[in-house]
Amino acid sequence: MFAYTPLIVLFPLLGFLVLGLYGSRMKSEKLIGILGSGTVGLSFLFAVLIFFQMLNVEPEQRKQILILFHWISAFTGSSSSFSVNIAYQIDQLSILMTLVVTGVGFLIHVYSIGYMHGDRGFWRFFAFMNLFIFAMLNLVLADNFLLLFLGWEGVGLCSYLLIGFWYEKKFTGDAAKKAFVVNRIGDFGFIIGMLLIFSTFGSLNFTTVFNNASLLTMGNSTILWITLLLFVGAIGKSAQIPLFVWLPDAMAGPTPVSALIHAATMVTAGVYMVARCSILYALSPVTMEIVAVIGVVTAVFAAAIGLVQNDIKKVLAYSTISQLGYMFLAMGVGAFSAGIFHLMTHAFFKALLFLGSGAVIHAMHDEQDMRKMGGLKEYLPITYWTFLLGALAISGIPPFAGFFSKDEILWKTFNSEQGSWILWLLGIFGAAMTAFYIFRLVILTFEGKKRFDHHLHPHEAPKTMTGALIILAGLSVVGGFVGIPHWSGIEHWLDPVFSPAQYKLMSGEHSGGIMEYMLMAVSVGIAAAGIYIARWIYLRRIEIVASIQHRYPRIYRLLLNKYYVDEMYDATIVEPAIKTSEEILWKIVDVALIDGIVNGSAKVIGAIAQTFRKIQTGVAQSYAIVFIGGILFVITWLLLK
Amino acid sequence: MTLEQILFYIFALGGIVSALLVVTRRNPIISAIYLIVNFFCLAGIYLTLHAQFIAVVQILVYAGAIMVLFVFVIMLLNLGDERSLRDGFSWKKIVAGGFGFGVLMELIYIFMIQSDSQTIEMTRATEIGTVEAIGHILFTQFLFPFEVTSLLLTAAIVGAIVLAKKNLD
Amino acid sequence: MVPLQLYLILSAVMFIIGALGVVTRRNAIIVFMSIELMLNSVNLTFVAFSAFLGDATGQVFVFFVMTVAAAEAAVGLAVVIALFRRKQTVNLDEINIMKW
Repeated sequence: MFAYTPLIVLFPLLGFLVLGLYGSRMKSEKLIGILGSGTVGLSFLFAVLIFFQMLNVEPEQRKQILILFHWISAFTGSSSSFSVNIAYQIDQLSILMTLVVTGVGFLIHVYSIGYMHGDRGFWRFFAFMNLFIFAMLNLVLADNFLLLFLGWEGVGLCSYLLIGFWYEKKFTGDAAKKAFVVNRIGDFGFIIGMLLIFSTFGSLNFTTVFNNASLLTMGNSTILWITLLLFVGAIGKSAQIPLFVWLPDAMAGPTPVSALIHAATMVTAGVYMVARCSILYALSPVTMEIVAVIGVVTAVFAAAIGLVQNDIKKVLAYSTISQLGYMFLAMGVGAFSAGIFHLMTHAFFKALLFLGSGAVIHAMHDEQDMRKMGGLKEYLPITYWTFLLGALAISGIPPFAGFFSKDEILWKTFNSEQGSWILWLLGIFGAAMTAFYIFRLVILTFEGKKRFDHHLHPHEAPKTMTGALIILAGLSVVGGFVGIPHWSGIEHWLDPVFSPAQYKLMSGEHSGGIMEYMLMAVSVGIAAAGIYIARWIYLRRIEIVASIQHRYPRIYRLLLNKYYVDEMYDATIVEPAIKTSEEILWKIVDVALIDGIVNGSAKVIGAIAQTFRKIQTGVAQSYAIVFIGGILFVITWLLLK
Repeated sequence: MTLEQILFYIFALGGIVSALLVVTRRNPIISAIYLIVNFFCLAGIYLTLHAQFIAVVQILVYAGAIMVLFVFVIMLLNLGDERSLRDGFSWKKIVAGGFGFGVLMELIYIFMIQSDSQTIEMTRATEIGTVEAIGHILFTQFLFPFEVTSLLLTAAIVGAIVLAKKNLD
Repeated sequence: MVPLQLYLILSAVMFIIGALGVVTRRNAIIVFMSIELMLNSVNLTFVAFSAFLGDATGQVFVFFVMTVAAAEAAVGLAVVIALFRRKQTVNLDEINIMKW
């Protein structure tokens, strides 16, 4: 069964090619939709089959590598060589990621059939989505850094294409460019990290690098730089501080894009990469600390912004940034499988929340401002109930999925050698804010008084959309059970992948006992408190909102304007870059220097020629003088020989 | 000093002086006259070398035909004095003079210093300079060039006529 | 007995005088005459060597040189006549259409 791995990657590629080349001529939306979703569905099917086969073999045999062909094969020196294959590695981690990507991806594709109905670029949408799935699968299934990077760049490209899908509007183009450029900054770090890896280990292959790495000692400074640089790439891709600014703007794209790319899959690529390189991170405690701190600070920072945003998708965008922070917090304290677990559950409920918001936007005829919504629960019942389940999941209420994963992270933060109670406290604070802002969203959108125009007549979404919502809601409910503490199927499943790293970290399981359950109770209590306060303010005493805004106007405006981070970047980076380009690079280097050299050399040649042409006096006698001079020269030379 | 040497020096001096005068006179007719003098001196020198045939041919062809042609043309074109020979000191003349002088010095150096110390004797000169000897090898060994020369002269005649005639159109 | 070198030196002197005449004078006819001077100096060299080495080839060569010189003088003067018809001058400084 393993031999069919390349098919998983191949199907979406075929989908992209067929839809890309012929899609514009296909008249039937149904055909395009079936084709686009079907390829992803087939990939999911094969992934499931491989997963079941893996279950039936011993843990040691679950890792397999399939080489498709030799991509690069170059000799770089006397004994070294640089060779990279297109090869896929199936192991517990990659199959998990594949299942998430193809499973959630399939549901979102089906949803998009309904959401994108009637759009002029219907075929283009599905083509790009398939290309995205292809790139993402390359990323998670790669067996070497270069192929992973290929997928990394590919998803960045598709993100650009899909954010800017409605390219007629200027701000979508700007948002797409911003996403790509900020990603690129991260990619720069990633590339240098890859170069360092190659120069240190002589190969970009995961197996080779990680086997050699496990022989090193902790605190190695090269590894420090490698992990730091790779993490820079992750900061860009997964929208952490300071490179998160592209994600809220990316909400300009269609909602399924936000769900798939900016919630469930692409942004989790950074987390996956850190998990894959767990052994490298385990060797560098400094980087782990940095990762954890950046993760938790981002989590709190973004959650705070989400408290006051009025656009439904922006709240969810900041929520995504915040939850990604939690995943990095997990990575930073050595809880790699907890982070991946949260990645999985987050994919479920965040996709659900985004798709649900898409249904709302669809029903409200493209209105996204929550202040103009309210009381939609009687018009959109399925959407409401599924959305509520997703909200409960993200808040961390048991027995929903988010509870198990988030709680695992918080417990490991408190408990493990690399964590500390300060980080735990910040994490709890973030969890409280999470519960608050998500239920603020639920209440403003679905409950309370109707604040929208009566002529709108919102109606429930079609079955293609609600079907996906229901399935995702189901997963959000039961998805957490694979991570029940002390049974923790998922942790055992992923154990062989992370065991070299865990060995380095020498993380013993301080068996939690009472402490663990106490902290669990605290986190649930905080979440419940957050929900209760949100309901109390927004349902009963909505005037409190206005009075808080009135009493702390500066804080409110700071949060509403996203801490002015964008403006700061504009002033410090963007404007100087534009100025430099214009004044220096264009006016001086390009016009004066380069054009000057090129035109100048032509002018110099012209001037030289002008001087030399005076030799042609036209008088034959002058030429004769030169003859005699030449004779003199030749005779002299012969004499002197 | 044998008669031969005296004659050589006289004719040599005459040749050089007349050459200088050819090059420096303003009036072209005067130059032509001095050139004729030069040719006569050269004929004398040929005689000291026992080259009888060449000496006579020199006078017949050069002094008798070519210079006549020159004089005809000068008179035909009615050329006057070359004006402004006075404005002599141009860079051209100095440079040319310098080059010429340099070449001359080098040639003298080569002839005097570089050659073998023993002098070559004129042993067979009297035998080969006669009309008979020249005629003999001209019509046997060098017959082909001799005949080709006639073609050359034909071409020259045709060329001269074509170039110099008035256009009749 | 006049040594060979003297003949050669004489020839060299006449040659240089002729060369300077070619280069310096502006009248085309006089330039031609200087060219004849140069040719004669070469003839002298040939005859001198022929006499001293006892080979008649040199004198035969002189014969041919004279022939060619005659032909060249004829054609050259024809050119001068044609030139004079066009430009009414034989001043070489004024014949400089091939100037830059």
